[in-house]
Amino acid sequence: MTTLHVDGKTYTADTAGRNLLEVCLSLGLNVPYFCWHPAFRSVGACRQCAVKVFKDEKDVRGRLEMACLIPVTDGMRVAIDDPEAVAFRAKVIEWLMVNHPHDCPVCDEGGECHLQDMTVMTGHVYRAYRFSKRTHRDQDLGPFVNMEMNRCIQCYRCVRFYRDYAGGRDFDVHGWHDHVTFGRHEDGILESPFSGNLVEVCPTGVFTDKSLKHHYTRKWDLQTAPSVCPHCGLGCNTFPGERYGTLRRVMPRYNGEVNGYFLCDRGRYGYEFVNSRNRIRRPLQRDHTGPVEVSKEEALALAGTVLQSRKVIGIGSPRASLEANFALRALVGPDRFYHGVTDKELRLVRTLSALLKRGQARTPSLREVESCDAILILGEDVTNTAPLLELALRQAVLQKPKADALKLGIYEWLDECLREAMQDQRGPMIVATPDRTALDSLASRTVRAAPADLARLGFAVAHALDPTAPPVPSLTPDTLALAEGIAAALRTGRRPLVVSGYGCGSEAVAEAAANVAWALCRTGSTASLCFTVPECNSMGTAMLPGESLDAAVAEISNGTADALIVLENDLYRRAESGSVETLLGARQVIVLDHLAHVTASRATLVLPAATIAEGSGTFINNEGRAQRSFQVFVPPDDIQASWRWLAELMPHSTRPWKGLDDVLAALADAVPAFKEIPDIAPSADFRLTGQKVPRQSSRYSGRTAMTADLSVQEPKPPVDLDAPFAFSMEGSRAHPPSSLIPRFWAPQWNSVQAVNKYQFKTGGALRDGDPGRRLIEPPEGEPTPYSVSIPAAFVARPYRCLVLPAWHIFGSDELSLHSPGIAARAPGPYVALNPVDLGRLGLAEGQAVTLSVGVASRVCSVIVAPDLPVGVARTPAGLPGLPALALPAWGGIAAVGGHSPPASQHAAGVPPVAGNEQDAHTATENTNATSGSPGERGGAP
Amino acid sequence: MLSVAERLEIEAEAAPAETKRSVASDALKIVQRHRGWVCDEALKDVAALLGLSPAELDSVATFYNGIYRRPVGRHVILLCDSVSCWIMGYNPLRERLESRLGIGLGQTTADGRFTLLPTACLGLCEQAPALMIDDNVHGDLTPEKLDQVLENYA
Ligand code: SF4
Ligand code: SF4
Ligand code: FES
Ligand code: FES
Repeated sequence: MTTLHVDGKTYTADTAGRNLLEVCLSLGLNVPYFCWHPAFRSVGACRQCAVKVFKDEKDVRGRLEMACLIPVTDGMRVAIDDPEAVAFRAKVIEWLMVNHPHDCPVCDEGGECHLQDMTVMTGHVYRAYRFSKRTHRDQDLGPFVNMEMNRCIQCYRCVRFYRDYAGGRDFDVHGWHDHVTFGRHEDGILESPFSGNLVEVCPTGVFTDKSLKHHYTRKWDLQTAPSVCPHCGLGCNTFPGERYGTLRRVMPRYNGEVNGYFLCDRGRYGYEFVNSRNRIRRPLQRDHTGPVEVSKEEALALAGTVLQSRKVIGIGSPRASLEANFALRALVGPDRFYHGVTDKELRLVRTLSALLKRGQARTPSLREVESCDAILILGEDVTNTAPLLELALRQAVLQKPKADALKLGIYEWLDECLREAMQDQRGPMIVATPDRTALDSLASRTVRAAPADLARLGFAVAHALDPTAPPVPSLTPDTLALAEGIAAALRTGRRPLVVSGYGCGSEAVAEAAANVAWALCRTGSTASLCFTVPECNSMGTAMLPGESLDAAVAEISNGTADALIVLENDLYRRAESGSVETLLGARQVIVLDHLAHVTASRATLVLPAATIAEGSGTFINNEGRAQRSFQVFVPPDDIQASWRWLAELMPHSTRPWKGLDDVLAALADAVPAFKEIPDIAPSADFRLTGQKVPRQSSRYSGRTAMTADLSVQEPKPPVDLDAPFAFSMEGSRAHPPSSLIPRFWAPQWNSVQAVNKYQFKTGGALRDGDPGRRLIEPPEGEPTPYSVSIPAAFVARPYRCLVLPAWHIFGSDELSLHSPGIAARAPGPYVALNPVDLGRLGLAEGQAVTLSVGVASRVCSVIVAPDLPVGVARTPAGLPGLPALALPAWGGIAAVGGHSPPASQHAAGVPPVAGNEQDAHTATENTNATSGSPGERGGAP
Repeated sequence: MLSVAERLEIEAEAAPAETKRSVASDALKIVQRHRGWVCDEALKDVAALLGLSPAELDSVATFYNGIYRRPVGRHVILLCDSVSCWIMGYNPLRERLESRLGIGLGQTTADGRFTLLPTACLGLCEQAPALMIDDNVHGDLTPEKLDQVLENYA
């Protein structure tokens, strides 16, 4: 603890590793700033944070210092309100704004603009500049980010985020003097999957959310609530914002342990499915005459009859809340509840969760990933399977060089100096995957191999670390040496990390990854084990007992069941169409979902289910963190949360559930693993200073007018039975518990930077702890035995290829594809092959082929992937309109004749066509950490 | 496409360097020597050669006012507008240049003979006002002397 005197008052603060600006902000003092950012710290570019620092009590003159550039010393005397400092800051902002167009009324940033806030805070109210301003031509940066460069104040935050923090290479600072601009070398789509963060990183209206533009609403007019991203298994925290019944945008909700200040572009821009014209809004009954809309009461009666007269089974969903899955299970009976995924996927996810629970390696939060310093990625292309994990790993590879730089005496918050000292040094990171990944350019080593060989390599690394781990039979000397090299690299870490997951679809790969982490633990390291999971609630639903879709098919085909309730699930995306036909051949099929899909089109009764923004529920992420997502707005028509539909179908005598808390209590009661679930956020009867928490800001405008076209009487705000939030402006304005924060705002702080006021330390945890609760902790006591099922080496087969799923950040997620911007970036159907296989199969690049796996097949065009091992193919997973393939599996590839245009290649992760020729048979090594073409992220050359 | 000569010169420059990207500005100068300026296409080629992205190399290229990212005339006039020259007669020089050449600062004559650009101090303050044409500096100028000087650049 350090004592310091600011403006004549004495404070004590924990100042270790923090500069004066950070300390002042944490003490609740307002020091204006622009270029400092809590995630990428200080460069001293804007000069806005000037304060007076005095030598001692006798020093009355003091000197101006940039608060973000000086450490705090004990007894330090600081004046923020010193007249000279005040005048200096007012001048600085005046200079910064010389060319600023002052166009707040037409600027999307207005009302949540850090520049506005700082201008008011510094008291710069009158501008002396009377000359013409320099103007810029704006670039078209693609569907996500809008540019209006004239508003720039040259703080350099954008380039520091995009280039330095997120590793994007198609964005930089250009020009000099008065002409400095920030952007791409030429117009074009921003390649980084984290580009949307420019929207908050930029403190002005230069970079704004392009999707918001189509239905613009000011921050103060948005109804918001704390939510969770439904688009991958990481569970980033979000603030969806609604106005007039449509979702307008999604902003990151700070969670120090999960996503920090950021979101990936899938998570930020994937929300438009909520507004889709394909939404199911009213119950639909379908008989031989076709679909007819029915009332809610009729629908419930129809479903009730089915439940009474038929043998009903329920099929759950990994993208639905725990409550919805549990309600279905409770409705049909625990032994008649089936998971909405194939046996393959269910087994894989259960293996992942079992490995995390069984072993002594801890599953890290994303924040903890950032602090790991020696990394093995086994089988996972994280950019496409768990996007924000890539961003965390990009920070992790800097841990080691940063530790070295700190030894030189550089303050850890002096970003530019640290980067100067680190240069291109990176900590050890081994990327062992079937094909190229975006992280290759940071890797100390890359290895390309088929899943079985990746698993064997992992097992061999574990054995090299700990001889009591099972040895791998018949290893080649090369692989042995490679394994030893990797083991040695991991040993150098203070906090080694092994990353794996669902990407390869291989349990063996996951088990091998766990063995490596456990071997590290047993030999004295504090190793972490991070697994990706496919969907937002894959981890949660896998913890619910129950069998898979395959078992449900058997139930229907053998007649033990003749009716089906399908929860938030398009079965055609899950299983090959034969099995789905069997399932949907049931006498009655009830589907609850958001969007009209093929499964819904086959249902006898469709019930409109709330999206994540329209209902409250609980989701468990890959870390095993249970998080509550709260309803943002009341959906129109008959849409309601799936669990509520299901609860209403329960017989009156047993219907116990009025609100979410009742479901949660029943869930905690029925499933011991979920005992703590009710406590992860306050219940609906929680009150803050005696009131609910308002979803609307105190400036929410037009509410007496917004429904005046329907009725001149202002309707009573709907009552929320599930959460302590009000659908109105009325309520307590005190700081709620962290899981209930509906938006970040503080007096004088209208932009996202208000989050500083919700933390004790900038960049640290929210005041009463980051939301969510970890349900998985490593067991105490004896180390668990190693996994021993080591697969045989991969052997290519004549005429066939092992087809692996290729995941795409834009394309593989069902819901986000309904956003036009995301759909535009999805790849076309392709199959990627090694040139050797191309020759072997007599195929040419761009050729149209039929890829058949089991009984399913798809037509796609051939892409060349020089790094892909011979005998292995990849094809995109989850693309709409394509028959689902149960991958990985052996498949055949045959020409359909003629040449078709190549698949779109601007999506992240599509293997670039050109590249260095490497022998794909053997594990290859790449120690050139700086290499990487401009299109390295997988863009087409 | 870079010419063979350009490529060889850049590679020779890069060979002894610790990192290829450290020769970015030299490589741009090489291209400029051959072409008079650096076009987008050449910029991309140089970037690929040095393992940089076009955005990264353009960041370097646009930082230096001596690297031209737009075509220039056969001769580039860099007119000093810093304080010594300004005191000693920058304005008459500029007016004469503009009227004689019929162009303003940042422009190129229609016949492609001259491009007129402003520059900061040339380090020739003792001979202010001064300017530089291509690689030659000219000091102690008056509008009259200027006419003569220009004659030497066809
Ligand atoms: S564009 Fe925004 S973030 Fe970038 S320098 Fe300008 S004001 Fe700062
Ligand atoms: S990383 Fe996953 S959870 Fe996070 S924003 Fe992206 S899609 Fe959503
Ligand atoms: S915030 Fe300190 S100089 Fe910019
Ligand atoms: S000011 Fe012109 S040469 Fe120095």
